[in-house]
Amino acid sequence: MLPLNECCYRLNHLDTPWDIETYIENGGYQIWKQVLAGELSPQEIIDEIKTSNIRGRGGAGFPTGLKWSFMNRAAPGPKYILCNSDEGEPGTFKDRDILRYNPHQLVEGMMIAGYTIGATAGYNYIRGEFWEPYKRFHNAIEQAREAGLLGENILGSGYDFELHAHLGAGAYICGEETALIESLEGKKGQPRFKPPFPASYGAWGKPTTVNNTETLASIPVILAKGGEWFRDLGVENAGGTKCYAVSGHVEKPGNFEVRMGTPFKDLLEAAGGIWKGRELKAVIPGGASTAVLPGEKALAMNMDYDSIAKSGSFLGAGSVIIMDDHTDMVKACERLSWFYHEESCGQCTPCREGTGWMYRVIHRIRQGKGRPEDIELLRNVGGKIMGKVICGLGDAAATPVSSFLEHFEHEFRHYIDHGCSIFDRQ
Amino acid sequence: MSAASQGMIQGDVQSRIDKWVARYPSDQPQSAVMAALRIVQEANGGQLTTALMDEVADYLGMTPIAVYEVATFYSMYEHQPVGRHKLCVCTNISCMLRGSDELLDYMKQKLDVEVGQVTADGKFSIKTVECLGACGGAPMMMLGKDYYENLDEKRVDEILDGLE
Ligand SMILES: Cc1cc2nc3c(=O)[nH]c(=O)nc-3n(C[C@H](O)[C@H](O)[C@H](O)COP(=O)(O)O)c2cc1C
Ligand code: SF4
Ligand code: FES
Repeated sequence: MLPLNECCYRLNHLDTPWDIETYIENGGYQIWKQVLAGELSPQEIIDEIKTSNIRGRGGAGFPTGLKWSFMNRAAPGPKYILCNSDEGEPGTFKDRDILRYNPHQLVEGMMIAGYTIGATAGYNYIRGEFWEPYKRFHNAIEQAREAGLLGENILGSGYDFELHAHLGAGAYICGEETALIESLEGKKGQPRFKPPFPASYGAWGKPTTVNNTETLASIPVILAKGGEWFRDLGVENAGGTKCYAVSGHVEKPGNFEVRMGTPFKDLLEAAGGIWKGRELKAVIPGGASTAVLPGEKALAMNMDYDSIAKSGSFLGAGSVIIMDDHTDMVKACERLSWFYHEESCGQCTPCREGTGWMYRVIHRIRQGKGRPEDIELLRNVGGKIMGKVICGLGDAAATPVSSFLEHFEHEFRHYIDHGCSIFDRQ
Repeated sequence: MSAASQGMIQGDVQSRIDKWVARYPSDQPQSAVMAALRIVQEANGGQLTTALMDEVADYLGMTPIAVYEVATFYSMYEHQPVGRHKLCVCTNISCMLRGSDELLDYMKQKLDVEVGQVTADGKFSIKTVECLGACGGAPMMMLGKDYYENLDEKRVDEILDGLE
């Protein structure tokens, strides 16, 4: 049996996992109390997190312990820990279930992280459409405050910490950490030019650390069970469990928290296999921004950073989109291109213009009006965005197009030559 | 916070906005602008107006243009009339793979309305949206503040026929 739900989803099977009593009955807030009692120093926490080998779960996979060590804890003035619950990458829905079913573990993780980096307050940026998850998280904060675990002079420790939720209003780009900060400040969510990095100039110009929901919710369990325990669940280059959101053409779509390095085919099986008894055609392993892979390549890979990279894609946010053999790949690519065109914040000309251009070219191919040179044109436009823009959205927009062309060029050509998809008869 | 503003921001609306202002550093009321816009939009039947945006600007001590920028950047703010029930149908990849295009066609036909338009009786409007982070329940839509997942025509009938 595949070991499931050992960290962030460990309470999902309970009746009311979002209540503070349930959380405390299951070991919750123990670490936070130890921290407040001075039994765990910031340095010890960072060392343990480094040992655990946890890499950021928001998509970039940056080592969390290292990120925290960039903050100058002793610097005077306000500092902030921000949680990124913007979750807008198509195919991603893992953080929603952490907010809904284990909000206290996230609250505890944010408080521990805040303490470690010397933060005075924390904010959880939750996407505007997540009303139910927002309510759960907000109630968890209220319960923690009533229990005296949050606020001024917490449990007589002399330490003050405030925690709040912030609601977005619909913009994928606000998941990018500096756009998130701009948005928190009450502005358009347009990414900032880096450097300076948030650790020196973040929210309201103060030192700030941004981490993903899953990253922060993992912290209490890592500290309770030990960095080595977490590390050993995973593989050499990445510790722990990982929440994979499996969607598309499977019998049982959903979230599966499995160990890093779990074979893709086991994950697919956990999700009930391909629906309707069909065959696997393609997989996007890490969310819309990661390269699509042909089914055979996916079946041979394991779900960890190195193995997926070797197959030619990226683990990203762990959002596994499954496509069966009835899928029109040009249509899928067209839809993703539209998304990036819609969501480009418009600051950089190559991204603003290039995403629209790519969409229009794929759209005309789909309309049966494609030209033979369009394939080259698409590759060209993508190449003109990559690496020439402020944030990762530009690269993310070029990736689907280049990878769909790499593996499924014949489907584009079929549209261009015959005016219809490979499934249509002429 | 001028006493002269005799508009939307008073009573319950005002106290809800004030609670958001209190979450941010005391010199940063602008951080509450997204919440304030959402709250006044709700109180105004789901749509913003220039007068409302100006009132928010005045209340939070922002320039009107700074509020307009925010109000036009984020997709959940509406500047055109919407139905009493705004159906936000996800058409992104995971929903598309499980039939959101066909479902959208069915809804348009059932309600006799196009995307971005309001039904003649003002009851419904349909909007297509990008991934709502619920792809495990695809196809899905948001209606009010709630998500409706694993939709098919029968389920859509049940939901829509049950609305006032
Ligand atoms: C366009 C874009 C969208 C992003 N969306 C998200 C998101 O929804 N959630 C998230 O945690 N990180 C997102 N990220 C990554 C964040 O910028 C950041 O790296 C992450 O929140 C850091 O947390 P971690 O180190 O715990 O992974 C996005 C990045 C880009 C470029
Ligand atoms: S790359 Fe695109 S989304 Fe990112 S800052 Fe530039 S225009 Fe905005
Ligand atoms: S693609 Fe529809 S909710 Fe994600």
